[in-house]
Amino acid sequence: MNIKDTYPELHALRSRLEANQGKEYWRSLEELAETAEFREMLHREFPDRAAEWPGPDDVAGRRRFLQLMGASLALAGLTGCTVQPTETIAPYTRPPEGIIPGKPLFFATAMPLGGVGEGLLVESNMGRPTKVEGNPDHPASLGATDVYAQASVLTLYDPDRSKTLTYLGDISTWGAFIAEVQTALSGQRGNQGAGLRFLTETITSPTLAAQLQGLLNEFPQAAWHQYEPAGRDNVRVGAQLAFGQEVNTVYRFEQAEVILSLDADFLSCGPGSLRYARDFAAKRRVTEGKTEMNRLYVVESTPSGTGAKADHRWPMRAGEIEGFARAVAAGLGVQLGGQAAQPSGPAGQWVPALVRDLQQHRGRSLVMAGDYQPPVVHALAHAMNQALGNVGSTVVYTDPLEARPASAGTGAVNQLESLRTLVNEMNAGQVEMLLILDGNPVFDAPADFNFTEALKKVKWRAHLSLYNDETSLICQWHIPEAHYLEAWSDVRAYDGTVSIIQPLIAPLYRGKSSHEALAAFTAQPERTGYDIVRDYWRGRLGAGAGGQVPGTGPKPTTPSSAGPSDPFEQAWRTALRSGVVPNTALPPKSITLKSDWVSEVGKTTSGSQMEIVFRPDPTIYDGRFANNGWLQELPKPLTKLTWGNAALVSPATAVKLGLLSQGDDRLDVEAKIETRLYEVNGRVVELQYQGRTVRAPLWVMPGQADDSITVHLGHDRWRAGRVGTGQGFNAYRLRSSNTPWFGQGLEVRLTSDRIELATTQRHHTLEGRKIVQAAVIDEYQKKPDFVREEVETPPKEHTLYPEYQYPGYKWGMAIDMNACVGCNACVVACQAENNIPVVGKEQVLRGREMHWLRIDTYYKGALENPETHFQPMLCQHCENAPCELVCPVNATVHDAEGLNVQVYNRCVGTRYCSNNCPYKVRRFNFLLYQDFETESLKLLRNPEVSVRSRGVMEKCTYCVQRIQRAKIEAEKEDRPVRDGEIVTACQAACPAEAIVFGNLNDAASRVAKLKAEPRNYGVLADLNTRPRTTYLAALRNPNPEIESKPGPETRHG
Amino acid sequence: MPQIFHRSTNTISRVSIFGGAFFILASLWVLAEINRSSYVTQAFVARQQPVQFSHKHHVGDDGIDCRYCHTSVEESAFAGIPPTKTCMNCHAQIFASSPYLEPVRESWRTGRPIEWVRVHDLPDFVYFNHSIHVKKGVGCSTCHGRVDLMPLTWQVASLQMEWCLGCHREPERFIRPKEKVFEMVWPPANYNQLEVGRRLVNEYKLQDRSVLTSCSTCHR
Repeated sequence: MNIKDTYPELHALRSRLEANQGKEYWRSLEELAETAEFREMLHREFPDRAAEWPGPDDVAGRRRFLQLMGASLALAGLTGCTVQPTETIAPYTRPPEGIIPGKPLFFATAMPLGGVGEGLLVESNMGRPTKVEGNPDHPASLGATDVYAQASVLTLYDPDRSKTLTYLGDISTWGAFIAEVQTALSGQRGNQGAGLRFLTETITSPTLAAQLQGLLNEFPQAAWHQYEPAGRDNVRVGAQLAFGQEVNTVYRFEQAEVILSLDADFLSCGPGSLRYARDFAAKRRVTEGKTEMNRLYVVESTPSGTGAKADHRWPMRAGEIEGFARAVAAGLGVQLGGQAAQPSGPAGQWVPALVRDLQQHRGRSLVMAGDYQPPVVHALAHAMNQALGNVGSTVVYTDPLEARPASAGTGAVNQLESLRTLVNEMNAGQVEMLLILDGNPVFDAPADFNFTEALKKVKWRAHLSLYNDETSLICQWHIPEAHYLEAWSDVRAYDGTVSIIQPLIAPLYRGKSSHEALAAFTAQPERTGYDIVRDYWRGRLGAGAGGQVPGTGPKPTTPSSAGPSDPFEQAWRTALRSGVVPNTALPPKSITLKSDWVSEVGKTTSGSQMEIVFRPDPTIYDGRFANNGWLQELPKPLTKLTWGNAALVSPATAVKLGLLSQGDDRLDVEAKIETRLYEVNGRVVELQYQGRTVRAPLWVMPGQADDSITVHLGHDRWRAGRVGTGQGFNAYRLRSSNTPWFGQGLEVRLTSDRIELATTQRHHTLEGRKIVQAAVIDEYQKKPDFVREEVETPPKEHTLYPEYQYPGYKWGMAIDMNACVGCNACVVACQAENNIPVVGKEQVLRGREMHWLRIDTYYKGALENPETHFQPMLCQHCENAPCELVCPVNATVHDAEGLNVQVYNRCVGTRYCSNNCPYKVRRFNFLLYQDFETESLKLLRNPEVSVRSRGVMEKCTYCVQRIQRAKIEAEKEDRPVRDGEIVTACQAACPAEAIVFGNLNDAASRVAKLKAEPRNYGVLADLNTRPRTTYLAALRNPNPEIESKPGPETRHG
Repeated sequence: MPQIFHRSTNTISRVSIFGGAFFILASLWVLAEINRSSYVTQAFVARQQPVQFSHKHHVGDDGIDCRYCHTSVEESAFAGIPPTKTCMNCHAQIFASSPYLEPVRESWRTGRPIEWVRVHDLPDFVYFNHSIHVKKGVGCSTCHGRVDLMPLTWQVASLQMEWCLGCHREPERFIRPKEKVFEMVWPPANYNQLEVGRRLVNEYKLQDRSVLTSCSTCHR
């Protein structure tokens, strides 16, 4: 499609954006459009009125205002005279070992998601888990965490969690459940369990797999099905296609210099993404004299964090990626049997250059296919890696992580087919007993399965889950599940490493783990999860008992069993303490491509119709985290949408669909196209696909592939809880088993309705100033201090205030924008560490979200495929802080080490400071956002941080509680604080190690070295604010063959 | 035209203007003093406890060290309130059937903790750390007074910020040698606090006054 001819206005806009040769960045369509509303919003520090009387009282006039002000003035003095209420202290009767009151303890555990584990260290304050950190000894974490792990403590204390075991909606008991299971099972014994079925999510837990296998041995006719709505069927089937056997692929980004991602968002989601982000960022780190960096090519349908980091990104419909992969594969010499066709479009013309680049880096390149691309693309990626000699260096194959029944034969685990079989059997009346462990198939099974109707045909059905959810409603038995922080289990990481999941707290609501629920089907129904997991490992851990873990290859070295105790006990304790079971990473496996794999490759499915792309939601995943307020309110990467989802369309598609308001009276027909594009956001359309319809609001997404609409799964649950129920629209209604991830033939019907979408992208905008600095690597090599030209820093004496010396510590932070992948982990980590409240959709719409740290996304260039940069923005702790000068009550002041501190008790809520803050990082408690009432949430709070109430300003403190903790410990030992001893919550969570905090007075500290880098610059430093937080400019490493197109408009950076 | 006001009006108005100003200042002073009084601060008010525990007996008569019960005072922010186990270490043998100790034995039998009434209760936005104070030579009795003379415990300081700052501004007036921190009777006779204090401030590498009086030192 030639945009120039079809949509001249869009083309004009593109030319205008591309002609912006300088560093012209924009954040939202609205900003481009410069609507009157947007300008108005910029001029206020918060977008909406300060007064808060929702409803008719809103008209409160001058008199009412004066009355209230008078009253508050008269009563203000009295607040100081309160006598503290009497408090009591309840000490232990018999103190547990190891707990020192007032000191937190850390325990190693792991969080399973999609069956794959992420190693964690969880902070426990007097027995309450309050904060999750990554486990530095765990290969998948190396100390980092993702948003799901950070937010999991909130799920643990969620007051909407299921608290009672129910039978037909009435409260029942575990004993009654066991009794009924045993009765029903005795009926199954006669026919070897022919009517018995288990439905689980993806399972990598060795113990659970052994338990299930034990049950299948006892009931040979029974079956175990696995289904995960955001599962990795394509990966498994693709490997099957290429190698004839199921393998797990582990990528080694630390070796890769040229990376091609075929719709793979490896930096943000999927097994190993934390590790991949760490290794990827390390190869991109241009510091301490290093001037080389890796190069990333991405083709993708919908913009992702990975796409934003790409040096070359080509938007492409999901269905066309196979054609592109074929072309690249053919170029690399993979024998395809003459099926390769040259793909059209801007990506197609660069295939030869891409191929050359890959071939020049044989053994140091990497091709990765996305989880949601069809098996063929995965097979092609395997073949390309083989052809490039990457196997063994950047790509390693191992045995599969997933456990599966031995009776399932050699076929790969295809969960969709597994569920299809189950549904067919249920419909045929063959299933008499069904135990659903975890998962929520009534909500998330493919729409064409009619899972609910089929489920109702099962005579006996039970569901174990954290919430009494959609599936629980359809089952007679609902068993409350123990959260992973409450139960014993084990799990494998992306490379096979096993972690024992150890609980941090006894089950709050007598929940049961999957292990315990399965034990109810055995002769020992009351066995505890602890016994089950330990008994499984008893024969496998430590010396003496064989020590062989299935699939671990060579026997682990026997630990020298010094000491009298049981070697198993020693090994068990070591495994619990370190968070990993040693030597359980799956060994590399040498496999070869099947000779006939090409013949099995199907025909390409590309068409010219409108395409629909399904994706798990970047914050609430497949819907399981829908009731987690932190995740619901977390601005999704790139769209910055909160509380709900939208159908993402490209600007050209929006034009094509006739969405622009041509004849609309409200708008001037002459209005600029960007204004009219912006007006599309929130327009409700009817999406009809394969005869099923949902109504969805639209969102114009720069960088989205044309003729492709992306919808995110997991929203609009009807039994999620008070937070998640009814947010957004349910994309599962459109998703059928033949098109699990994308398909052709979507019909879009316009309606006249609008929905307000709560996006934070336009909040706190920094009006067209030189906020983001970026360059291409060549420019940087020629002129390392290019930012100096761009950012003017006034001399120190340009201030009326006397110079202040910081003789002791001088805290500061450096953020490498080249490393940041925009994953949001820091935002949730900050929220968890600092007791930051959730405000709700209506308040986000008014611009009152409370996150102390936000990730700003900046775009540059044309709407179709803009260059994207992430910039974490938090309090800059300016040495000349503008906020401090305007506070009438001295509530925001500097401390002697350079922290800009906010004194909550002095704050009277004038909000002058926020008004005067050029970075817009101050947050005001307009209402009582904190929940002081709900008992379970009280357990969640970090005891080291004040809980703020209504009417006070707050902001990033550089995690002052962590600074003080480290300082006190150091002073007790009569030594200075060591570099790296203070790790802020955001820094700890960051998988890319983009954030570094430390003492600027110590020239050897990491932060001081980073600040000495030529790329270092302060945002808005020309205001002479002297920010303590500075940024390292982003760099791109484009392929010169592709970038050297003549003409100024292609010049990047 | 006759005079409307009597001559004395001048005096009355002067007196009332002065009196008004005086009244306002006096009320402010009264308010401030009320705020400092033990009515508000609860200083010198002995608290009733579930067990009639006497520091006077345990510390003064028996000479038990502070750390026998307040075990974490040297390592944690919280000095620690002894678990029932600590009471029972002795009281399983001594006064084993005393009716006064029935709440302790009940707690031991049932596993339900004794709920002690907090005597020194700082506001929730203050993050006081015992361990660092003990480490830097702030004696127990400096803040808690002569507990060896208290049958029931009370606080001897206002625990208001001005009181904290008194020491944070001039630590040399209060700190003592580390090894004397747990002494109840301090200072000894003929002791030059200021001279020793100045030496100890250097020796113990106390943070600069500007750091000690920064908001972030105690508030988070």
